[in-house]
Amino acid sequence: MTRFKPSNIMDESSKKTLSSIPLLKTKAGPRDKDLWPKRLKEEYVSLIEYVKNNKAADNDWFRLESNKEGTKWFGSCWYFYNQLKYEFQIEFDIPITFPTTSPELALPELDGKTAKMYRGGKICLSDHFKPLWARNVPKFGIAHAMALGLGPWLAVEIPSLVDSGIIKYQEKSES
Amino acid sequence: MTTTRTKIEQMSAEVVDSNPYSRLMALKRMGIVENYEDIRKYTVAIVGVGGVGSVTAEMLTRCGIGKLILFDYDKVELANMNRLFFQPDQCGLSKVEAARITLQNINPDVVIEVHNFNITLVDNFDVFLNRIKEGSLTNGPVDLVLSCVDNFEARMTINMACNQLSQTWFESGVSENAVSGHIQLIIPGESACFACAPPLIVASSIDEKTLKKDGVCAASLPTTMGVVAGFLVQNTLKKLLKFGEVSWYLGYSALTDFFPKMKLKPNPTCDDSYCIQRQREFNAKPKEDISAPEQAKVKEVVHEDNEWGISLVDESVDTEESRTHVQLTEGVTLAYSLPAATSIVEDVPSGEVDESEQSLEDLARQLKSM
Ligand SMILES: [Zn+2]
Repeated sequence: MTRFKPSNIMDESSKKTLSSIPLLKTKAGPRDKDLWPKRLKEEYVSLIEYVKNNKAADNDWFRLESNKEGTKWFGSCWYFYNQLKYEFQIEFDIPITFPTTSPELALPELDGKTAKMYRGGKICLSDHFKPLWARNVPKFGIAHAMALGLGPWLAVEIPSLVDSGIIKYQEKSES
Repeated sequence: MTTTRTKIEQMSAEVVDSNPYSRLMALKRMGIVENYEDIRKYTVAIVGVGGVGSVTAEMLTRCGIGKLILFDYDKVELANMNRLFFQPDQCGLSKVEAARITLQNINPDVVIEVHNFNITLVDNFDVFLNRIKEGSLTNGPVDLVLSCVDNFEARMTINMACNQLSQTWFESGVSENAVSGHIQLIIPGESACFACAPPLIVASSIDEKTLKKDGVCAASLPTTMGVVAGFLVQNTLKKLLKFGEVSWYLGYSALTDFFPKMKLKPNPTCDDSYCIQRQREFNAKPKEDISAPEQAKVKEVVHEDNEWGISLVDESVDTEESRTHVQLTEGVTLAYSLPAATSIVEDVPSGEVDESEQSLEDLARQLKSM
């Protein structure tokens, strides 16, 4: 169980990030056969909007797609550091308890390379993320997990992994 | 040289070197437990076979439990060797398989069933439900589920399953800073479920500002995990064999050797609809056969909502019953507070999603081709 540190995490930049992501309405997980398609639709719309806004703000940083049922997601994310682009595969499942609990985002290529990860390359989220998610069920969706979970994680971890030589720039990110 | 023993049909109280049950059956002679050999009828499901779960499984195996069902999807790694139970030469094996081998060797009388999968995934949840419902020695519901997982998602999954099946279970946990832990008995409808309130934390008397989490996710100590596993199995034995008092919630603060105890009432506005249904059933039952909760000194804790300065959810609606309005004993706090169920979104910097005219397939295609 995680303890939180009282501090203001909703600074201006996260507020701005959030403002570009539409909030969701339907409280339904993959077990709710009737309502899940509605929720899934909202997830798509919210993500499409977020990616559009990222592009418009010249801050495009990930692509995602899902299986037909919307239960398994995969794609890639990238981060620029010292003018070089570092790109990673993302994958995650929609848990049975979604959207009460957030999806656990994983970057399998970095598994074992940083202590800020759980098994299977699941990123270790800040102490603020879970309370924030819990307080905004069911309004937060996948796009919010990306923006408030993975975004800040990459911004802290990638520079540190590059500086310590644990990850190296690879040409593959150019292709 | 290796010694392996054969199965034993009947638990004997005879005190001889070759009887693995003599000291346990002595509990009966001493009048502590009425019918110790009943333990062989019981089935316990253990979810999570890590630092707490593996030790829990070993204790129950040595006690001669009838059947264990183990769930985990992790492999044994060298990084686990600061904890008890697993051996370095088991690295690479799945935890459930490694555990099965060790446990079966310790006590071949125990029936052991293992499942190497992640219970939080859609594809596995039905099997998980089914094994709780039909996993006992007589193909009925298991007698207890023990949660020995290390994350919120898995706990919520167990909670969801047990609320749906009306299954009694124990939640257990060790904090990420390794110096506190807890166990909690959950009887759906009768006590608070895991979703009735935000996660509870035992005050560790550590100054928040000195707790550094940079660079690591979690710490762990074999001591704290051993203590929690001990509490968990002790209360499991008391519950199954009906002796002593079973604790509803028992916390442990390692730095001060402090053990808060309390009972949490279910939340009538719990988010889990099965919890509400179980509460209704419980309230409709005649009350005389209900064990009186041991009441520790309780104080009312009503959390002000704005501890993080998060303004996404309305904080000002204090007239509404807050969902985190629970009675906690001293030394236990909530990991965070929740807004009242009826609170309205205020100061949200974004709007809601529009109803899309497009089909699911079109939207999926659009997202993919961006
Ligand atoms: Zn509940």
